[in-house]
Amino acid sequence: MTAVVSFARVRAVKTGRAQPIATVRHVHLSPRPLVLVPLALAGEANAPLAAMVGTHPDDDRLLVVPQPRNRDLRFTFVADLADAVLPYVHSYCYDIEHVRGRDRFTGAPQVLVPNAAGVRFLALLGRSTRFRRTDGDYPVAPNVPLLGRWLTFLAERAETPGSAALLALTDALALHWASGQSPVEDQNLAAVLGWIDPPEGLSGADAARAAEDPSVWPPAGPTTDPGFDADVLVPAIRAYDRAVETAGPVAQRRARTAIEEVLRGQLEPTWRLMWRGLDLLRALPPGASVADRWAADRAAFTGFREHVVGGGPPQGRRDGAVASARRLNRLERQLDEYEAARAFDDPLVLAAHRVTGAAFAGTVVTVDRDRRVENANGTPVNRPLVTVATADPVHLGPGTEVVAVSRRNQTGTVQCVGSIVDKTHVTLELRGGMGRARVPPPGTVPDVGERLCYTSVLAGNVPAPPLPDTERTPWTHGGPPVPYEPPTEDGT
Amino acid sequence: MNADRVTAAILADLLSARHSGVVVDSPPGAGKSTLVVRAAAEIAATGEPVMIVAQTNEQVDDLVVRLSARFGADLPDAVIGRLSRAGFGAPQRIGGLTNVAVSADAAELAHATVTIATAAKWAHVRDRHWRWAIVDEAYQMRSDALLGLASRFDRALFVGDPGQLDPFSTVDSDRWRGLAWDPMQSAVAVLLRNNPHLPVHRLPVSWRLPASAEGVVSRAFYPFTGFRSGAAAHERELRFTAPATAGRTDAALDEAARSGWALLELPARHTIRTDAEAVAAVAALTRRLVERRALARSGGDARPVTPDRIAVGAAHRDQVAALRAALGDVPVDVDTANRLQGREYDVTVFLHPLSGRRDATAFHLEAGRLCVLASRHRQACVVVARAGIRDLLDEHPSTEPVHLNEPVRFPDGWAAHQTMLAHLEEHRVRSTGP
Repeated sequence: MTAVVSFARVRAVKTGRAQPIATVRHVHLSPRPLVLVPLALAGEANAPLAAMVGTHPDDDRLLVVPQPRNRDLRFTFVADLADAVLPYVHSYCYDIEHVRGRDRFTGAPQVLVPNAAGVRFLALLGRSTRFRRTDGDYPVAPNVPLLGRWLTFLAERAETPGSAALLALTDALALHWASGQSPVEDQNLAAVLGWIDPPEGLSGADAARAAEDPSVWPPAGPTTDPGFDADVLVPAIRAYDRAVETAGPVAQRRARTAIEEVLRGQLEPTWRLMWRGLDLLRALPPGASVADRWAADRAAFTGFREHVVGGGPPQGRRDGAVASARRLNRLERQLDEYEAARAFDDPLVLAAHRVTGAAFAGTVVTVDRDRRVENANGTPVNRPLVTVATADPVHLGPGTEVVAVSRRNQTGTVQCVGSIVDKTHVTLELRGGMGRARVPPPGTVPDVGERLCYTSVLAGNVPAPPLPDTERTPWTHGGPPVPYEPPTEDGT
Repeated sequence: MNADRVTAAILADLLSARHSGVVVDSPPGAGKSTLVVRAAAEIAATGEPVMIVAQTNEQVDDLVVRLSARFGADLPDAVIGRLSRAGFGAPQRIGGLTNVAVSADAAELAHATVTIATAAKWAHVRDRHWRWAIVDEAYQMRSDALLGLASRFDRALFVGDPGQLDPFSTVDSDRWRGLAWDPMQSAVAVLLRNNPHLPVHRLPVSWRLPASAEGVVSRAFYPFTGFRSGAAAHERELRFTAPATAGRTDAALDEAARSGWALLELPARHTIRTDAEAVAAVAALTRRLVERRALARSGGDARPVTPDRIAVGAAHRDQVAALRAALGDVPVDVDTANRLQGREYDVTVFLHPLSGRRDATAFHLEAGRLCVLASRHRQACVVVARAGIRDLLDEHPSTEPVHLNEPVRFPDGWAAHQTMLAHLEEHRVRSTGP
């Protein structure tokens, strides 16, 4: 937790309202997101119970499993979910743009779930369905494994820093507001929204306390309220079981409708909260780098769609040695880029770096514009020196590279840091952004009196180390992997 | 077991070529570099070239200096190739060595008997192959780094200190937990999980740590393997030539000189990371340490403790920056635990990772971090901390989940902190504040 967030949390407690910790929106929001609120059955590993899904607040679709322990009914549910999700995914597969010699869809699906547990639930649902077979002894509908592959794709994107393909709304809200409660409590959607936007006459803390009453605000899932389970759900499921054993189709339908009604009651409050939270986020202006990150999501979506259409296999059960190293290196690079971009976009994020001394804002006090030094080849090059006076605590050693928020194409290298009276003076050697002229053109070097904010939180430009091909995995890491032989019998 | 016999067994195992790899665990200052240099010399004596992988440029340069001396004496024709990134300015201590060649291009070093570089640089070397490799500080290396360069060699000696800091990643993912090739694990952990039959040796004697550190460091950080100090209690002595003045700073230094340890305890308070009072206390201790012109005796050999023989450590980079600013012109080494790994000093002063904190996260509880900070010294170690760390520990027992198929890491950071603190409290000097 950064100092800015800690401070905002204290203020939230004091004022009774969540405090903004961002001035811009750091996530892309689709104009037509797919909101998905899943519920699971308690005590069963990843057994779906119900879901509310749709792209418009007034157009919700409720899917239920009347007997979640019945595997056939579960897969019927997954097939229904696929009917709701796959057309939405495919609706983005028409408009194509050409960027640097590659095709990319102009849009991409964006799925919103209430909380991080919802993301994990979808990841597991994808894992448990993407290998299902559509033939053999226990066939499932063809769209079941396909949904599994798309859910897996979305869940893997959700691991990518800065991706907006699958968002947990509580996480997205916590990125922009600090509430007066703990990060664990921030996973409760109703409580977070209570802090951010309390009802008339209530403080955020009171609204959050009211949100803990499951009879008013049922949990946002996937876990349901144990009281509801014992008092309402279990009797309803029993009634359904009895109807299946002893009664006719009319009674069965009636029992099923009864289950649907009680689950709708559990899901609808969360459904409304989802759209309310979305509206709060939409009111923020998007950060400058949000479109780039969404473009990366669209490129990944395009690539995976091509993989599926081209007959590629489902994602593996686990990453091999080379694949995991490659993925880790990629995630680390993306995280650095994301952190750097967020700080450039948002002065409040940058403020957190200024507190730790990784960034500083100040005024240029001296400029040595005409300084030239010889580079490694002996050619003289422009290396102006500027000295910035700042009141921020600067914890940067000589040699550290910094970039000014307002002058991104120029890198400064810290030469020395010293304090004069109550200010810290940082001298930087500038490089780049000055053209090739002998004397840097006016405006390319900061002027005395200019106010600048330099940050050392930058995405590294070190190329990722090359890794061996999978079939050349060295002995230290178990050697080349043995190709997977699928079992001949489904489910054995 | 006798240290020479262990070294002989390691080299015999390695040169027998029965195993693709030999792992050597080494407590702090147990002669790891000596072993690396000796192994390189023995392989070179058979006429085979050898590649050496270290983790940081400082480690590489330290090894180059030692290799140069050893090879200059035994194999005068051998060239030591120091592979570096382009634009690397070779430090002064390497510049004058006649049997060392520095280049950014592996092809230019094709004639070298020993080629040495950081793991990051080795990852970009293509199309060359060595029969022998030595990987130094292998516990600091992440397994994905080893993956990138393992195809460069047939057989390797992996040397490292299991008690030091684990490699880390900025990415927080459970995705690879339990996999034998988890890229977040250290190179040695992955190597041994995939090749459980490789021989593992242990160096038994720390030549660096004084007798006063043997018990507590071994108990806290090497609870199952242990080690002993190569120096008997009377063989090391720290003495100040300038007299003490009244005050807590000098009292703490005197306690450290007497017993090898001192804890300067500031009043309990929750602070930001760059706690100004604690930083000032560390700086004052370090300045007095220099001013009082200490003499360090090791056996019959007494040397003045010059500033380059003193290290100041902290957990975070911003703390280090604040400490550097506070120490100004005092030319001592000030760095994070990560960067002090593998270094050796007469006296160390460090800011306790949990000082002034309100919580104890996995980062701050990590045994390796504390182990690095508490095991760099030949004579004495002075710790600065806010009071109340014991209570903090009691409020924050480790809650890290245990993952299936993942070997449990020992020692536990929480337990190591408790052991260390219990020991430090016997050498406590209470400060009343500034």
